[in-house]
Amino acid sequence: MTDRNAFALGRRGVLAAGAAQILVLALPRVALARPTLEEAVRAFTGGTEVQAGGVRLDIPPLVENGNAVGVTVAVDSPMTPDDHVRRIALFNQSNPQPEVAVFRMGPRAGRAQVATRIRLATSQTVMAVAELSDGSFWSSQAKVIVTLAACIEDLS
Amino acid sequence: MTRGQRLSAWLLLAALAAPLALAGEIPRDQRRSGADFMAPETRAMQADDTANPAMLWVLEGDALWREPAGAAGQSCADCHGDTAESMRGVAARHPAFDEASGRPIDLQGRINQCRAERQSAEPFPPEDDRLLALTAYVARQSLGLPADPPDDPRLVPFQENGRHLFERRIGQLNLSCADCHDDHWGGRLGGAPIPQAHPTGYPLYRLEWQTLGSLQRRLRNCMTGVRAETPSFGAPDFVDLELYLMRRAEGLPLEAPGVRP
Amino acid sequence: MRSLVNAPKTARQGEIIEIKAMVAHPMETGYRTDAKGAPIPRNIVNRFTCTYDGEEIFSADFFPAISANPFLSFTTVATASGPITFTWTADDGATQTATVEITVT
Ligand code: HEC
Ligand code: HEC
Repeated sequence: MTDRNAFALGRRGVLAAGAAQILVLALPRVALARPTLEEAVRAFTGGTEVQAGGVRLDIPPLVENGNAVGVTVAVDSPMTPDDHVRRIALFNQSNPQPEVAVFRMGPRAGRAQVATRIRLATSQTVMAVAELSDGSFWSSQAKVIVTLAACIEDLS
Repeated sequence: MTRGQRLSAWLLLAALAAPLALAGEIPRDQRRSGADFMAPETRAMQADDTANPAMLWVLEGDALWREPAGAAGQSCADCHGDTAESMRGVAARHPAFDEASGRPIDLQGRINQCRAERQSAEPFPPEDDRLLALTAYVARQSLGLPADPPDDPRLVPFQENGRHLFERRIGQLNLSCADCHDDHWGGRLGGAPIPQAHPTGYPLYRLEWQTLGSLQRRLRNCMTGVRAETPSFGAPDFVDLELYLMRRAEGLPLEAPGVRP
Repeated sequence: MRSLVNAPKTARQGEIIEIKAMVAHPMETGYRTDAKGAPIPRNIVNRFTCTYDGEEIFSADFFPAISANPFLSFTTVATASGPITFTWTADDGATQTATVEITVT
């Protein structure tokens, strides 16, 4: 049985959180220990070489707020049983953790395209890597500049 | 922009704004929604009901509307029926005069009043997701209708107090709301464009908050911005300020629940 | 938790349709501390699956860098009339499901 209401919008008063509402992802100590983007990509590909190209990564070059940045990844693929995209992964350069998401799909997708919204703690590079059914990996990357809102809850 | 840079941007503006005489209210034909100042991506997020995260709260509000609550065991729907009819235009004419208290009351206050007095249930605390959900759901029924503050003479003194609060210099930076929102709208504060401060999208989903929030929460952010004391939620001054903002926005279409950076 | 899913109600056989799915969740990263400096434990939706016509047609693993109230859009080929089912699973074990019915002609 699924608990339909298990994630019901939190009932707490948001303000009680006070200082906890500050910037979400910035924790320098953790950031220092994190694997690099390259290491994370290698873990995803199992060491197979990644070729540049074949992947379209749509992300705005300048965003107003890093908490919700729209990303669309598309791969030029016929999406047939013999020739399709199996997985698409998103990585970042400077959040506390390099992984963002891994999407699994197959010929039934019709089109190799996925969109989501991601958090970027600061201006940085975002990378999309696609795994094709022939075992090859393709990638594309983009630089994003993140500005911060002016009036936030904690300014000190 | 780092925190330090952000603060210096505010200070710069403080210096800039200080010598200026008040340019005054924004004429009706120049009034523009805060959405007009956003990046196209953020505007698109607000415009698409299947992508606007605030719609999750509207959905929750729709469920709460039909859920019996309190000692009276009655739901909002039991008394008010179909929201599309009974709540159409209600958000556009709030804050409105409340006979019981002899003061203006805003939409959230009205909803909590029904909850306490007609459902005999515990009122929701400020910024409670259920209160935001019901408010967003009710406000949504006025989508596209022009802001239409009531022409009620009893409201005038409160609206004037709201205007006074808007034009009064506050905080360590010694800035008034009007310094930024009447005199420097369209300008930039560090990375962020300065909007005209209209209340027509609230409650709304602010990316900075990562959740839905009320107009009062938004006003508190601007007060913190100039390093001023913030009144507590529900304070009469807040409602007076909301009333004045609604008058200032008269004619602009309602767009709740909006999205802002 | 509430979810909001959107797919066409009807489609022609073989047509590629777009599906959008959003769920209410704070996506607590595990990298934040509360007002007293104590770490707030991670609780994110870590997995999403979509099942249609007898098969899992799309799935995702999420990390803390996915925004609060996760949003997804993807495509599938309309193959048969019936339910399209969506499931989200969070770190604390909570799950949420949603279903839309599609008629394929
Ligand atoms: C120093 C300039 C400044 C001052 C002073 C200031 N604000 Fe703002 N205000 C801003 C900026 C900049 C934004 C845009 C939000 C952002 O991105 O941070 C904003 C946003 C707003 C909004 C949201 C508008 C929307 O479309 O959602 C409201 C309402 C508002 N301010 C009201 C006020 C009130 C009331 C005061 C006085 C108590 C005030 N502001 C003082 C700069 C200022
Ligand atoms: C027992 C019946 C009853 C219940 C239950 C009830 N209300 Fe009301 N509500 C009223 C009445 C009567 C008024 C008109 C009061 C007035 O005009 O002073 C009203 C007024 C309102 C108004 C202002 C309408 C306007 O035209 O200005 C809103 C908004 C509202 N209710 C929302 C709610 C919500 C939301 C709920 C559920 C949480 C709710 N009400 C539950 C009876 C009820």
